[in-house]
Amino acid sequence: METIIFLIIFPAAISLVLLSIPIKSVRRLIAVIANIALIAGTIHLLYGSAGETIRYELENIWIERAMLTLEVALSIYIFYIGIRFRRYLVVLFTLLQLALLVHFEAFATPAVPVAHNLFVDNFSIILALIIGIIGSFICLYAIGYIEEYHERHKESEDNRRFFFFLMYLFLSAMFGIVFSNNLKWIYFFWEITTICSFLLIKYHEDEESIDSAFSALTMNLLGGLAFAAGISYAGVYAGTLELDRLIAEGGAYAVVPAALIAFAGLAKSAQLPFSSWLTKAMVAPTPVSALLHSSTMVKAGVYIIIKVAPALKGTLAAAMLSYIGGLTFLVASFIAISQSNAKKVLAYSTIANLGLVVACAGIGTNEAIWSAILLIVFHAVAKSLMFLCVGLIENKLSSKEIENMDFLIMEMPKVSAAMIIGISGMFLAPFGMLISKWATLKAFIDFNPVMAIILAYGSAATLFFWTKWMGKIITIKYGLKNREKVVSPWEWTTLAVLSFMTIGVCIIFPLLSSALIEPYIIELFGVSPSMDRFNIIIIMIIMLGLLTILPIALMYYAWLDKDYKRVGTYLGGANVDNVRFLGSLGAQRTADIRNYYLDGFFNEKRLFNYGFVAAVFLVILMLGVVVI
Amino acid sequence: MTPIDYFIHLDNIYLKAIIYVVLAPVLGGLLAGVDRKISARLQSRIGPPILQPFYDVFKLFSKEKIIVNKFQNFNVILFFVFMVFTGSLFFLGGDLLLVIFALTLAGVFFALAGFSVNSPYCHIGAERELIQMMSYDPMIILVAVGMYQVTGTFRVDAIAMYDGPLILYLPGVFLGYLHVLTIKLRKSPFDLAMSAHAHQELVSGLKTEFSGTTLALIEIGHWYENVLLLGIIYLFFAFNSFIGVAAMLVLYFFEIIIDNTYARFKWELTFKSTWLVTALFGAANIIILYYAMQP
Repeated sequence: METIIFLIIFPAAISLVLLSIPIKSVRRLIAVIANIALIAGTIHLLYGSAGETIRYELENIWIERAMLTLEVALSIYIFYIGIRFRRYLVVLFTLLQLALLVHFEAFATPAVPVAHNLFVDNFSIILALIIGIIGSFICLYAIGYIEEYHERHKESEDNRRFFFFLMYLFLSAMFGIVFSNNLKWIYFFWEITTICSFLLIKYHEDEESIDSAFSALTMNLLGGLAFAAGISYAGVYAGTLELDRLIAEGGAYAVVPAALIAFAGLAKSAQLPFSSWLTKAMVAPTPVSALLHSSTMVKAGVYIIIKVAPALKGTLAAAMLSYIGGLTFLVASFIAISQSNAKKVLAYSTIANLGLVVACAGIGTNEAIWSAILLIVFHAVAKSLMFLCVGLIENKLSSKEIENMDFLIMEMPKVSAAMIIGISGMFLAPFGMLISKWATLKAFIDFNPVMAIILAYGSAATLFFWTKWMGKIITIKYGLKNREKVVSPWEWTTLAVLSFMTIGVCIIFPLLSSALIEPYIIELFGVSPSMDRFNIIIIMIIMLGLLTILPIALMYYAWLDKDYKRVGTYLGGANVDNVRFLGSLGAQRTADIRNYYLDGFFNEKRLFNYGFVAAVFLVILMLGVVVI
Repeated sequence: MTPIDYFIHLDNIYLKAIIYVVLAPVLGGLLAGVDRKISARLQSRIGPPILQPFYDVFKLFSKEKIIVNKFQNFNVILFFVFMVFTGSLFFLGGDLLLVIFALTLAGVFFALAGFSVNSPYCHIGAERELIQMMSYDPMIILVAVGMYQVTGTFRVDAIAMYDGPLILYLPGVFLGYLHVLTIKLRKSPFDLAMSAHAHQELVSGLKTEFSGTTLALIEIGHWYENVLLLGIIYLFFAFNSFIGVAAMLVLYFFEIIIDNTYARFKWELTFKSTWLVTALFGAANIIILYYAMQP
């Protein structure tokens, strides 16, 4: 239990320290030590775990009081901000939440005993590993990134101490979410992540950032309101505030709070109809996008959905949940094709993959939960790597456009290599995301063929937008200057570690599954799916094949292959040189190559509108069937 | 017992893989030769000898190595290796979904080869190749899904030994597969990305800048691929190996006829029609089957 409390309290303490120390080098030193401690803490948790759920009491009236005070303070802050920027919807949601909270604390709580406030099981260990390890490395990366960010954005105020304060506070809150069993505690940490996300998105303080931040805040407050309503309902009718007891023993009374909390989860993980906040949130500095908006905070949404979904099992609400996930996956994958902004592509792909997780949670069979957890792990690693690469490129090229990434492999070979690993990790065999998509497909077929069909179409779209991006990066042209000489060691370390992790999690995936995921599934369902050994061997063969052929072939072409004749590209026989040709009027023209975005088929606005309407309909059904 | 039955019932998977690796290019090359001969006859020409594809490929191997940049052949090698791997995986009876994913991997390398050259013709060829992949991918996955629904397994060897006639359960999926087969075999009206025919506006598309040994590897890679694609046809008729072989030959002939009677589609039409066919035949078949199979 000490480890858990350490993981929750320590980052928060560090965040306060970082806020108060004015000297940069001292702050960096502290950050490095803190991150090492965090990583050690999560690994210690992994080794110390018994493999089954352990619950802790930790009864203390002062914790409750402190949380309540902080919560009210947060509400007042949001209220103030809402009034100041005239976002009255925010004000309304906060007031409603506050009213609900006060009403509940004043009238209902004394009657509701909570035996176990904290818990740890394999699922929370997996998430803690993601938060602790990936989160730490992203924070280290941010040290180098923010330096350059402020050099590029001279106009914005240098608030980097506040920035790091929020990042570490956020880590604290995330640990809080995954270890709390008391719904009120989860809610408290939940609201902190919302606020952190809000403040980090508007870090740049221009109009666009402020707009995006409020969009995120509004939707997450709506989710938070549903969460609070769910807690009140659980406290009043089911007579418990413990997550595990509510799901296990709540019976018919668990259905309404479960649906309400799942609704909050949908908002947090940016599923349709809430997806727009995440795409807007891409204005935030890239480490924020990597940490909050791809690898951790949005995962809290799907985490809570997976946790509460068993209470909905067999109801129409669960089916609706899986359809919302499926719809989100399909629509977001399609839209990603038409996007040329790298961060938006990443955002849509994140939304799509979270959609798959939600769909799995809605299906709720042992196979589905197994693949959901795999998806969470693989996605967190590969996607944070992608974000960090894009952040680096953005600092160097001053652009997030994929169309400006031509010949990247010549200009920034190492970053490109990391990116190719990241992209492969997202969709190619034998990397993680593909393994989990494959498991997901198997889970879908047995449940409902419609979901399998959705997955088939969605992955085809995925294939298209990733490959054309990769193609853009690896286009080769000679005579370009290397632009990655001045990348800080902070950023290099993180990119290298995450690249190796992307490959590493695929190699240790059988171990990961048998040591952590399968025991958890067995605890939940009694039986666990496991992969055919033959298939695992095949995957490993492809993996090893790639890992050996790729570098050997590259070295061969770089050094040994000498016997060839170089010519220019064919340009209709009218070459001036390798990239220029004579046009029909004799003028010299440059052959400029651009990608396809198929906007006629996959227009963002149109697809989003359809998806939005359909998703609102599904959400109404989901909530409607449980309330009536 | 026909040779095919004998092959399916072989227990030694290494032997199976070796037989495939050796025999597939021979069969694929012969198929290409017959294809050219029949096409020529359909156009009232005499046509090249049946063994012409082999002569071509052998000659390519002896050509001078001409390249635009040092790394362009890298992805072609990967394409070739993974194509052979994919085929072996199928013919030694592996998981059909894994076969499809490995096939996608090979396809992605092929498209990347086109991207890496920095030639406008190759680039557009690669983009179109990707559009084609996006078009046929859902249907190929649905083939696996359909076969799983009927037989309860993704293992190719188990599907091949399934007694019932898959074609009767999966007529829609089969029609959908035939549609995407035309794309995969690079036949008109869907030969958008690369084509040896004179009516190609992209010179020869994706493979414009590839020559000599590399071009030979692309050819042989596609022979391997074609044998694999015919193998999937066989699975629909696997209850009887005579019918299975007959079906493969008849359908390949059918594809040749289509090739010679259709003008090329634009990519928009290719994409739209394929996704539509996938939905109307493939997806509908699978949904109906799901409810029909329920107790």
